[in-house]
Amino acid sequence: MALELRGIRKRFGSVVANDGISLRIEAGEIHGLLGENGAGKSTLVKILSGFLTADEGEVELRGQRLDLRSPREAIAAGIGILHQEPLVFLPFTAVDNFIAGAPGGLRLRRAEARAALLRVCAEFGFEIDPDAVASTLTIGERQQLEIARLIWLGARILIFDEPTTAISEAQRQRLFATLRRLAADGMSVIFVSHKLEEVADLCERVTVLQHGHVAGERTLPVPAEELVTLMFGRAVEAGTRPEPVLGAPRLRLDGVSARETSASINDVTLAVARGEVIGIAGLEGAGQRVLLRAIAGQVPAAGRITLDGTDVTGADYRARLAAGVHYMPADRIGEGLVPGLTITEHVALTAEHGGATIDWAEAEREAARRIEQYAIRGRPDSVPESLSGGNQQRLLLALMPPVPSVVLMEHPTRGLDVESAAWVWKQLLERRQHGTSYVFASSDLEELMTYSDRILVCFAGRIIGEVPGARTSVQELGLLIGGVAA
Amino acid sequence: MPDISVATIATIVAAASPLVFAVVGETITEKAGVVNLSLDGSMLLSAMVGFAVAFTTGSVTLGFAAAALVSALIALIVAFASIELRLNQIAVGFVLTLLGANLSAFLGQDYVRKPGPYITSMEIPVLSGIPGLGPVLFDQNPVVYASLILVAVSMWFMFNTRRGLELQAVGERPEAAFARGIPVNRLRYVYTVLGGALVGIGGAAFSLDVKAGWSDGHIANYGWIALAIVIFGGWHPGRAALGCYLFGLLQVMALKLQPSLPNLSQVLPILPFPLMIATLVVVNLPAVRRLAARSRVFGRLFQGEPPGALGRAFWRE
Amino acid sequence: MNRALEALRAATPRLLAVPVALAVGLVLLWVADAPPLETVRHLLQGSLGGQQRIGDTLMVWAPLALACAALILTFTAGLWNIGVEGQIIAGAIAASWVARELSAPPAVVLSAMLAAGALGGGAWAGLLGVLNVRGGVHEIFGGLGLTFVATGAVIYLVLGPWKRPGIASTSGTEPFDAAAWFPTLGALRVSPLAVGLGVLAVVAVYLVLRGTRFGLRLRATGQGRAAAARLGIPTDRYLMYAFLLSGAIAGVAGAVLVGAQHHKLVPSVSGGYGFLGILVVLLAGFRMAWAAPIALFFAMIASGGVQLQLRLDLHSSLGGVFQGVLVLSVLLAGGWQALRARRREAAARA
Repeated sequence: MALELRGIRKRFGSVVANDGISLRIEAGEIHGLLGENGAGKSTLVKILSGFLTADEGEVELRGQRLDLRSPREAIAAGIGILHQEPLVFLPFTAVDNFIAGAPGGLRLRRAEARAALLRVCAEFGFEIDPDAVASTLTIGERQQLEIARLIWLGARILIFDEPTTAISEAQRQRLFATLRRLAADGMSVIFVSHKLEEVADLCERVTVLQHGHVAGERTLPVPAEELVTLMFGRAVEAGTRPEPVLGAPRLRLDGVSARETSASINDVTLAVARGEVIGIAGLEGAGQRVLLRAIAGQVPAAGRITLDGTDVTGADYRARLAAGVHYMPADRIGEGLVPGLTITEHVALTAEHGGATIDWAEAEREAARRIEQYAIRGRPDSVPESLSGGNQQRLLLALMPPVPSVVLMEHPTRGLDVESAAWVWKQLLERRQHGTSYVFASSDLEELMTYSDRILVCFAGRIIGEVPGARTSVQELGLLIGGVAA
Repeated sequence: MPDISVATIATIVAAASPLVFAVVGETITEKAGVVNLSLDGSMLLSAMVGFAVAFTTGSVTLGFAAAALVSALIALIVAFASIELRLNQIAVGFVLTLLGANLSAFLGQDYVRKPGPYITSMEIPVLSGIPGLGPVLFDQNPVVYASLILVAVSMWFMFNTRRGLELQAVGERPEAAFARGIPVNRLRYVYTVLGGALVGIGGAAFSLDVKAGWSDGHIANYGWIALAIVIFGGWHPGRAALGCYLFGLLQVMALKLQPSLPNLSQVLPILPFPLMIATLVVVNLPAVRRLAARSRVFGRLFQGEPPGALGRAFWRE
Repeated sequence: MNRALEALRAATPRLLAVPVALAVGLVLLWVADAPPLETVRHLLQGSLGGQQRIGDTLMVWAPLALACAALILTFTAGLWNIGVEGQIIAGAIAASWVARELSAPPAVVLSAMLAAGALGGGAWAGLLGVLNVRGGVHEIFGGLGLTFVATGAVIYLVLGPWKRPGIASTSGTEPFDAAAWFPTLGALRVSPLAVGLGVLAVVAVYLVLRGTRFGLRLRATGQGRAAAARLGIPTDRYLMYAFLLSGAIAGVAGAVLVGAQHHKLVPSVSGGYGFLGILVVLLAGFRMAWAAPIALFFAMIASGGVQLQLRLDLHSSLGGVFQGVLVLSVLLAGGWQALRARRREAAARA
């Protein structure tokens, strides 16, 4: 019984997320799906599970063409998906989560359902109290609950989307044992991940996606380097550049830990010199974002953070902003710019001086000045939503104070064309002479290698490696990102 | 403390029955994730329509049907505006509530203070003789019986049937419901309209029973009180019904206390509102949240969390 | 030229909604057996026919304009201040207390009444703000709840401690001393102070929102709270400011209502101005510049409606129906337009 995908194509506006993807999965097989951020894994998985419809292409199961226009059809076809953050109903009990949405008569036979849940749990070694409220269960337990539900519903193809991001080691072991058992029972398992070691451990075959198409398919075992090359493309030469002249330490982190709902960062110790550029590599959820936000003061952190000799650990976001810590988020409209407010208004909002009233003529002049200086394609009365991603980034830059102490950036050139990206970095690096330090997270290896003095790699909430930006390689970085410690 | 006799309890249950319909109806709607703020206006308009139709046709049943239809239609507008047009539910509901109130006053002029048909009592023999419970539960009119049955049925439906679980799922986390193949928006339409129809029956139950007839400002703010009771009842039909009876008790106490505490008694009927605010505050306190997560009994008792997606429209990306 | 066309196209569905509302109005008139043209004539005459009537219309406009100004402040910050009605009442209670207790020359009493109104309304809104920002209580339910609590307070006062000697009646307290009556213009019933306050509030809110740093930060908080916080705005504090200022303005409306209209405290003191204000502001697209004239239009309907009742035996609620239908049509039309735009976009992408 094979699941076959042929020529799957999906576009979002001008972005081609899936560009003619074909693959085949047999019954009883654990098939890995590897790829870095933006490679197209989650789009493909959403198409398979009915959340999205492909623009082109076919999905066939046992030779029969499937019309996966909504999750309903996918469930009917026996395709079940376990999301990274399991979609459970938090106020419901485990039993109610188990039966919600399942077919059946009018009456809820809770006793039967409870028995079925306990039976499935016993088979797989899960320990879930049927009457526990889902919000009290750990993510790992919620995963188990969802797996039990999908099995009970008769799923024959199970897709696991980055399942090990938020569970403990013990739970991970149990999960892998479960997956092997499922495959042995004849189910097809698709294991989506970016963690090389896990994929190597668990999967029999692996498909690697890159930029929306299939970069290659392999039968494991295969050396990790080969997988890395498939994931990240050809090796990129780090260009030669002069050694930077760095000043005294500017930003110090001592044993800093922080957590947000889905990611955490643990025990980071780091010293950033004046004028230094630190790049942070790692895939989504590895902890880079939490780290940046902890430094910015958006997330409370344990440990100690020192800026220019002053302990700022207890200082809130606004205090750090006043001290020169500038945070540029990846979510440009949601967190970076205020929708509906014009460029002129943004300029007036971020003006350092000025009284209670606003001199709009002056603000508009200043806005026009910055538009020209940063080559923003827009007018002073344009609103951020109407600008392209690249221009939004330029606007964010234009609103930054002239000499910040530390600039924290998430994916600074995401969505920008090559020229714009280069131009943005030129602007940024000009401020280095004044002592501005940069810490930025990016999934673009070339960018990391070109501009960082040092690159830190985040994996599963920890910094697992540090390499000099000018003397590393895609191979080295790729392995670290995939979790293979040096 | 004035004595509350069995007869009084029976009166409370009877007087609260219109409110029970409205509150249970709105609870169902909100449980599915939609806020129908047009409650007050809907009740007024459906009360007036119910009376007018009954007056004109002589049939109380037709009156109830017309009232349910009117209120269901208003609810349909709310549903359409929020699901298809993705308009702010509060804005649309608010405008409709004022509109409904004004329409009821304008169209109801001809029926003001005219005596009309009303529901008559229907005693159930034998059972009504049970001491204590008998007169309260079995010597009432059909509307009261219906309200009691409604509470029981809605509780059973919501917590013991497959469809009821889907209803809760849709209002709690529509993304998860959608992932399980549940037709989120279709169900939201259904339950909003159903809730609206029940509100309409509640309105008619006023003008054709509890406060038979029609006049300007006939049902003083009962729609707003119903909204408060929905929250106070933690979006649970049974608790909400208790809230209605509690409110009825407050009204009776207000009457009885009038001679001795004239000022305070007038103010008692306002109590649902501070209680509603208190509920919302208490439920949000971190200490309460922690306790509720740890102890199931405590959690059930103090469950006051609104449905997770209340007021939020859902559409697939 | 292009931008004018764009603006016109954006406004088209809303403009189209007006004839829809008129059509519904015509149907209602037909139901009530009233001739449409005469109705309009009486409405215009009733609201603008003669100095006295214009004055009365302005006296309806003044508290309505104040309510609108208050609402626009909170809407700008992204808040639904449905509790504005309660804030009007709180201001009215505070002003009434001053009117009853203070014996002093009129200028002092009136100033004190206005100040008390602002303080009362501001405090009531502040309570709502604390419940919302700190207690996590949604401002809609909190606002509704507090409005009814304020109503309860008025009833308690009017039937209890402040009742008329001898009779406790819902017709209100004893009328205020002459010093607490807002002075009128000659023989007319209009109070320049009341109207002046309305104009002042409208202009002040307009200027603050358009020309001050405070107003800009308030707008940023309302349009993108996360981004505003990132840019360094203390959003929680600004939300509280919005509540307090809005409540103060609403409280002044309350003072105007007891001082210039009722001259005593009555249970229905807020007269639905708060809710009507919400309708006006919705129709005005949350813009102060539009809200003031629309409020005048609504005031004309309300005050002219009295004439309709007298001459054509049309229930006063007809005006309210028309207002409601108008706002509903505009809202639905706007939503419809957005829906069509979304559909066009989806088709273009496919």
